[in-house]
Amino acid sequence: MASDKVQTFTDGNFDQDTKSGVVLVDFWAEWCGPCRRLAPTVEALAGEFDGRATVGKLNVDENPTVPSRFMIRGIPTLLLFKNGELAETLVGLAEKEDIARLIEKHLA
Amino acid sequence: MADQEVVIIGSGPAGLTAALYAARANLKPLLIEGLDAGGQLMLTTMVDNWPGFRDGIMGPDLMAEMRAQAERFGTEVLAGNITKVDLAQRPFTIELRDGTRITTKALVIATGASARWLEIGSDRKLSGHGVSTCATCDGYFFKGKPIAVVGGGDSALEEANYLTKFASKVTLVHRRDTLRASKIMQDKTFANAKIEFIWDSEIAEVKDVEKGEVTGIVVRNLKTGDLRDLSLDGVFIAIGHTPNTSLFEGQLNLDSNGYIVTTDGTRTNVPGVFAAGDVQDHVYRQAVTAAGSGCMAAIDAERYVEGLPQDLNEAAHTVA
Repeated sequence: MASDKVQTFTDGNFDQDTKSGVVLVDFWAEWCGPCRRLAPTVEALAGEFDGRATVGKLNVDENPTVPSRFMIRGIPTLLLFKNGELAETLVGLAEKEDIARLIEKHLA
Repeated sequence: MADQEVVIIGSGPAGLTAALYAARANLKPLLIEGLDAGGQLMLTTMVDNWPGFRDGIMGPDLMAEMRAQAERFGTEVLAGNITKVDLAQRPFTIELRDGTRITTKALVIATGASARWLEIGSDRKLSGHGVSTCATCDGYFFKGKPIAVVGGGDSALEEANYLTKFASKVTLVHRRDTLRASKIMQDKTFANAKIEFIWDSEIAEVKDVEKGEVTGIVVRNLKTGDLRDLSLDGVFIAIGHTPNTSLFEGQLNLDSNGYIVTTDGTRTNVPGVFAAGDVQDHVYRQAVTAAGSGCMAAIDAERYVEGLPQDLNEAAHTVA
């Protein structure tokens, strides 16, 4: 389902894979309808920012530790990290242009 | 995409059924969908009252099928944020946030309705941090935790029952001392040992905005005015819906609650503009009634575009 540009985050690789650069993480689950809706947006962003920022998804069902560390209580939620630090939180659905602008802001 | 015969706004059951019928009538409909594409069924789990699926079907799966069916007959789907609609000039004009301008002879509005919030400030601030309007999305995060559900209708009770799969305890806060929900839902809810009721009350505040997570609520008794604190981890709001009609204010007749007024099928007060589904229906609000009115809107729009008499009886008289 996910294109090869979309990184898969897990409880295991999360710290390592978010510690440098600008990283967008989509917290999702199979049973979440709006998450399905956001998936194509995240895939498109992964393609657009290929080589400049990391864009990936974390399945909250399979990886409970990271969501609880960031007190995630609703999905979809997008978290944006810069060099391992949480920089932005977007709860719910968002438009691609708005997410792209946030990523650009932190790349600048 | 500039000049269309029929544009449909919205991709829930009403919009997709309108698209299916318009596409099969060779009108090559353009369907514009927003962020909440698929509509309210995207927020549900099993749908057991959609005819034809004896074992039920998952809401998001049903919407995926409807979409594929509408596309099979040539519906073009465009994702976009509509910023402006001009219904005063013909053809009608639709403007998107990215600058795209679309004109159309006929317009079917199927923008649906969105979950209403408490509008007490703290509820929206804690959205995604313990306050939710989507039990199926967010119930998972409250395993073994106490939560509250606000509302007294079928949706509230359905959510409360669903959430007992996760939560240690569900407190239902309702403004009145009786429930609006159907008898069958009430019976099911009263029989659920995990659900408690607080009657005649509303949530005055959700705590704790400072901490950025839900730690409890302040409940106000509407009869006595008494306030009391309740510690819990989540609040699910199910107090009804608001029609998505802000784009049409001042251009179409809306009722006092903001619903589009339709007469004679799906007609609005502007000839050529039709409305279907929850955006014009605060009575039935079912997927199947929305789909039914979407079909009606497509047939009405087809007759309008082709300059045919709008009423079949009228047509029969004309022919005779």
